[in-house]
Amino acid sequence: MSTFIAFTIFGLFSGAAYAIVASGLTLTYTTTRVFNIAHGALGMVMSFVFWDVSVRQGLPPLPALLLVVGVIAPATGWFIQRFVARGLGDAPVSVSLVVTVALLVACIGTAQQIWPPAARTVKPFFPNSSFTIAGTNVTAHQALTIVLSGVVAAGLYGLLTRTRVGTAMRASVDNPELLRLFGGRPDTVAALSWAIGTSLAALGGILLVSQVGLDYYALTLLVISAFAAAVFGRLKSLPLTFAGGMALGLAEAYAKGYLPTDGLLSKVGNVIAPLFLFAVVIGMPQTQLRIGQVKGIVTAPVPSLRASAGWGAALVLGMAVYTAGMGEADLLLLGTAATYAIVMLSLVLLTGYGGHVSLGQFTFAGVGALTYAKLDEPNLVGLLVSALVAGAVGALVALPVIRLTGLYLALATLAFAVLMDKLVFQADFAFGFGGALTAERLSILGTRIESTQGYVLVMVVFFVLTAIALLTLRRGVLGRLLIALRDSPAACGTLGLDARWFRVGLFGLSAAIAGLAGGLFAGLRGTIGAADFQFFSSLTLLLFAVVFGVTSVTGALLGGYGLMQLPVQQSENPGVAGLLFVVISVAAILLARNPNGIASYVFRLGRLLEERYGTQVRARVPDLAGLGLPGRRDRSAATSAQDEDVWDEDADNLALIGDPGHTRSLEGTDGSPASRVDGRPEGPEGRGAHVAARG
Amino acid sequence: MSLLEVDHVVVQFGGVTAVNEATFGAEAGTITGLIGPNGAGKTTCFNVISGLQRPTRGQVRLDGRAVTRMPVHRRSKRGVGRTFQRLEAFGSLTVRENVRVARDIAGGARGLVRRSGADVDALLERVGIAAYADERADSIPTGTARLLELARCLAGSPRLLLLDEPSSGLDETETDAFGELLRDLASDGVAVLMVEHDMDLVMGVCDTIHVLDFGTVIASGEPADIRTDPLVQKAYLGYSDEGGEGDSWDATLADLPPVAHLDRGHEDDLTTVLPIADGRSAR
Repeated sequence: MSTFIAFTIFGLFSGAAYAIVASGLTLTYTTTRVFNIAHGALGMVMSFVFWDVSVRQGLPPLPALLLVVGVIAPATGWFIQRFVARGLGDAPVSVSLVVTVALLVACIGTAQQIWPPAARTVKPFFPNSSFTIAGTNVTAHQALTIVLSGVVAAGLYGLLTRTRVGTAMRASVDNPELLRLFGGRPDTVAALSWAIGTSLAALGGILLVSQVGLDYYALTLLVISAFAAAVFGRLKSLPLTFAGGMALGLAEAYAKGYLPTDGLLSKVGNVIAPLFLFAVVIGMPQTQLRIGQVKGIVTAPVPSLRASAGWGAALVLGMAVYTAGMGEADLLLLGTAATYAIVMLSLVLLTGYGGHVSLGQFTFAGVGALTYAKLDEPNLVGLLVSALVAGAVGALVALPVIRLTGLYLALATLAFAVLMDKLVFQADFAFGFGGALTAERLSILGTRIESTQGYVLVMVVFFVLTAIALLTLRRGVLGRLLIALRDSPAACGTLGLDARWFRVGLFGLSAAIAGLAGGLFAGLRGTIGAADFQFFSSLTLLLFAVVFGVTSVTGALLGGYGLMQLPVQQSENPGVAGLLFVVISVAAILLARNPNGIASYVFRLGRLLEERYGTQVRARVPDLAGLGLPGRRDRSAATSAQDEDVWDEDADNLALIGDPGHTRSLEGTDGSPASRVDGRPEGPEGRGAHVAARG
Repeated sequence: MSLLEVDHVVVQFGGVTAVNEATFGAEAGTITGLIGPNGAGKTTCFNVISGLQRPTRGQVRLDGRAVTRMPVHRRSKRGVGRTFQRLEAFGSLTVRENVRVARDIAGGARGLVRRSGADVDALLERVGIAAYADERADSIPTGTARLLELARCLAGSPRLLLLDEPSSGLDETETDAFGELLRDLASDGVAVLMVEHDMDLVMGVCDTIHVLDFGTVIASGEPADIRTDPLVQKAYLGYSDEGGEGDSWDATLADLPPVAHLDRGHEDDLTTVLPIADGRSAR
């Protein structure tokens, strides 16, 4: 009985802390419509600040707590609202998700930069005081946490119901424009709610840090618990959010106490929060289709099949030349870049075309890799099976949340990624705890590709084929439906499209592409383990995809190369490892509203070069079109308004060659695989201008 | 039996009753107007009929069969098409592609097979926006976008057409042409149900008019009856012209800014807070 009470008290303690963190999340979400994925990461940074102020600089714990929670955290929250999150509530969910994911990565980078990895401990408050309830020892810290959660609950209730600013906050939920017209200041309200929200994240983080330990990721992950509690409160009810937090804390405590200590079940205790999140997301009532205004995203035209095939061939040839005589280590890095690029293609489909965000895309790659590693003498069929298994898993993740949209779908993928990371991948039937599996190289038509160079080229071929398949899909009926569904789900519904199954198919296909990449990656590396597919990788993957352009296969290629470079640069320059995270996050924040990313600037540069040097280059190489590069086509065919299939024709911007006057009218020569990976133009010399022009 | 029957439908949002025991219908081959002051619940009724909003109580029937709990896309397959007051065009696609998407969806699995685009162009021609075929839908004028939504609906050959303020953004000539198009559709057997603030258009083309106020149908009948109904005048003007000779509608039409004209700039948030005549705040 006394153990039960002990677990209960422990559960109430962590539940109280979760409730504090979650209430901050709910407050920010309800007043600004921004779901802050970085909420836990902010708490993590504030816990580091607290350590710095109290342990390193020697301020007594309570004044340090007041300083962090009362001054530094609210100032940070205010700053973030002003310069990062402003106006984000009106943007599509995918944009606000990307921005707050960037914020999360920036928080981790900042913490790593300012406080490099080292052993740090934070003591509980009043470490020597405790008392006894029903024969069970209760520390003063635990009691303080529980009391503080009550204070927070009462304080928030009073703020929202008894004060003018609280009324304005609630009004802001319904209609910020209306609030402005009646003399309210929605921006002030938003800044205040971010300030309070960040304070609460800080308070919760600091109260938990003595328990969890001062760790970049463990504290950031606490946000899953907060998400679960907040979603339990339907993202609007504070009392339910508190109840959700408490229930989660208790469930975790009892799981620790009563689940068996070995076998798979012993690990379940670590994943109660993502399980709980998954469960509450599934239990959410059906989302009403939102009716809004005409939205459109300007993306570049899609190149024709001939053009993409030509540039694909150019890429493969260029890589063949480039990799000749390359060392094993560099080849492995290039293969890794190809893996990332293919996973990013899956995001082009899901996010770029479909407008959905996955926070666990790398996990699907892990599923593909795991399947592949289990195969004996893997061949093309085996690779296909790996992709299909990943696709089926992706569809299964989307299936229970079929009725929901945007945010909840993304949260489901996050919960799934953490679940796989902490539970399934480490299980004995998978990679095993801290273990790894060996995987053989792929065999094609009975020949095993032993040389790493050959294998990397095969990966490039797979990238090209996948890219061409995606572009073909985009040009056709399905691509048009995808865009339509992204622009207006409500209109698609009233036109008779069952968006739910469409969405499941989209998720499945996207996961299958990621699984394909995972299978190829396993074959490349030879050994593969759970550590290769940590959920955090999916977040950086998403950021790189957005920064380099999530709407084009060119962006995927550039992004894959960039993501491969990140750890390389970090290990070469350990002094700025954290800073690199911050840089990419800031880039993602700046570019989040432009989904075409860096790729669009590459296209622009290409057009500039084309305009300036195109004529001269063509004069020297008169028979360009006959060299097997993307073919020439007459511009008049491309502009014909009555063409049967506009996508087939108008995108063939190669027709621009020889007609520089038209280049201005193009918004980008998006979509075709980029032909530069290393800065060296491939193919015969003198074609650099065209290469760049085509992206 | 009417094609569409809305039967004692109630919609509550929290404590607010947006639609209160509304009962009306629409017949095949006729044009029915649904009018009322801002905030009367017209668009909510459309959401209930098309399936975007589940009613708190009451029933919606098509051909006598209840469809109240049927999801949006299946109602569409049964012939319900609608346009939106706040536009829902596919902004990233061109006008022609917008209609092609609708045709692809309506064609089901057969829609995946490429077909000629001639029918799509014919539709654009019919609603009078062929000139915009290659423009992106987020760059065309509001009135044109409304016509685009109509063309998109027609691609699915609906039997019941719900038009939410279709003429706002159109000039006088365009509105006249639009009225003729509606008559045309009705003579093809389509049941047209239209929320509209242009009283000339409503009075000119509708066979039947239902007037909604505070979510309740306060009057139903032919245009001539609605014109003189004292309850209707009270709803619109805040007072009834009972002492008058009856035909005061035209005389007072100019006094109807909150209803007849202001709402045209539907993107303008100002309209949503202007108090309407009887002192209620719209919205």
